[in-house]
Amino acid sequence: MIRDLVFVLLALLTVVPAVWVVFSKHIVHAGFALLFTLMGVAGLYAFLGADFLAVTQVMVYVGGVLVLILFTVMMTHVPAQGRRRHGLDRYVPPAVFAAAVFGVLYKVITAVDWRVSEGAAREAMARPTTAEIGTQLMTSYIFPFEYVSLVLLAAMVGAAILIRERSHAGAAEDENQEARP
Amino acid sequence: MQLLYDFFTGQAGMDLAGAHIAVASLMAVLMFTVMALCAIIFTWMERKVAGFMQSRYGPMYTGRWHGWAQAVADMLKILGKEDIIPGEADKGMFQFAPILVLLGSLLAWAAIPWAPDFVAADFDLGLFYIFAVSSLVVIGILMAGWSSNNKWALYGAARGAAQMVSYEIPLALAAIPVVMRTGSLNPQDIIIAQQGGIWNWNINPIMNPFLFIAFFMYFIASIAETNRGPFDMPETESELVAGYHTEYTGMRFAFFFLSEYANLFLVSMIATMLFLGGWWAPFPGMAWIPPALNFIIKGVLLVFLNMWVRWTLPRVRVDQLMFLCWKVMIPLSLLCVVGAGLWMMAWGQLK
Repeated sequence: MIRDLVFVLLALLTVVPAVWVVFSKHIVHAGFALLFTLMGVAGLYAFLGADFLAVTQVMVYVGGVLVLILFTVMMTHVPAQGRRRHGLDRYVPPAVFAAAVFGVLYKVITAVDWRVSEGAAREAMARPTTAEIGTQLMTSYIFPFEYVSLVLLAAMVGAAILIRERSHAGAAEDENQEARP
Repeated sequence: MQLLYDFFTGQAGMDLAGAHIAVASLMAVLMFTVMALCAIIFTWMERKVAGFMQSRYGPMYTGRWHGWAQAVADMLKILGKEDIIPGEADKGMFQFAPILVLLGSLLAWAAIPWAPDFVAADFDLGLFYIFAVSSLVVIGILMAGWSSNNKWALYGAARGAAQMVSYEIPLALAAIPVVMRTGSLNPQDIIIAQQGGIWNWNINPIMNPFLFIAFFMYFIASIAETNRGPFDMPETESELVAGYHTEYTGMRFAFFFLSEYANLFLVSMIATMLFLGGWWAPFPGMAWIPPALNFIIKGVLLVFLNMWVRWTLPRVRVDQLMFLCWKVMIPLSLLCVVGAGLWMMAWGQLK
């Protein structure tokens, strides 16, 4: 009974702001509404006994991704109502993409056998996940783990180079302009 | 905690779920009360410390003895003020932002280990959880700055968020050597591993010099994380009026104020827990001191150190702040992680 209530509350916390994110006319409001969706997802993880995943969700998405999104969104100019275009090209690509994502999710959700015995579920819920995730990452999944760190390193180096080249080019341009009489 | 559970399940006749809810509510109220008390005490302490640093007395009249009631009077004054919402502000977000900021602090307080058997939420991910929920404060600050519809507030919020996001990295990296030594993220396990007096604390440079360096990395990053001087760019009163809470008055301002001092004590308590032995007494003969008192005294001493730094050093510039974080502290703290690991391998301290 309490369990169902908690689940419904968490699901509402996830879905209602998500709808708001999509339909809000105000881009900054949409950004801040994302906070509740992300917290709701973290709550669902915690509800399922995946404590490490829940905290990581908050750390990565709320602490990192959302702050970056808000920064970029807050710096953008909010367009006036009249200038929004309502052409077909605004709706078709997102609709195709959404349908594709839905298809993949539907396939995965229906393909997996979700039934678990009550005892196994209870035991899995009580066990802390952190140590096991750590052990698995360092043994069975060591290659993907290292591979991901390599990809991230490449992304970081790429970002650094992008910024550096632009600032050098900008500086050179400024000097040229100053040199002109 | 066990006593509390026994009380609720035994004498009050609740089932386990009910007892959980009762204990959680009780702890939330208790933590909030302690937070409010901290804010009042630290306001007075800050004014006194600032006074003595600047060769003056600070508050002296209210309440006779060294102006001890000044902070209480200030609090009453703040609560009696009119609640103003600027006409052009984004009303809902303006009202919600202080709550979010306070929520971030209060959630983090849940995992603070006050004594061997007294922690509001005792779970394995404690340390990681504290770092994660602290990020709610960043979102709250951005929300406050943006919804105020005031350029000073927006500048302050952008600076604050950029600073807090950047300094979260060295802050968390400085904690990693301690986690490596303990082999656990549970605050209680981290403290228990430092049993046996001051030479077993993680700060001891002979045991592991990299942990000693990590303590100072943590301390510097924590000052920046709480937006206090010399890293108080988000609130620079000489250029930004008051930063992200420029437009707030009364109770809503009090929430920001409360959160600032709660975070100050929070980072000091985490430093105590990570490096200064938590609730262990410094010497074996001092075991008669209650553990919670040990913990609080160490935390308050670190808060004092924080105030000392704030009122002694001049404010740095934004570019110096970013230089310090990305080019000095992050490489150094990464070095600390690698060095601490190698040291522990060489001396066989690995768990």
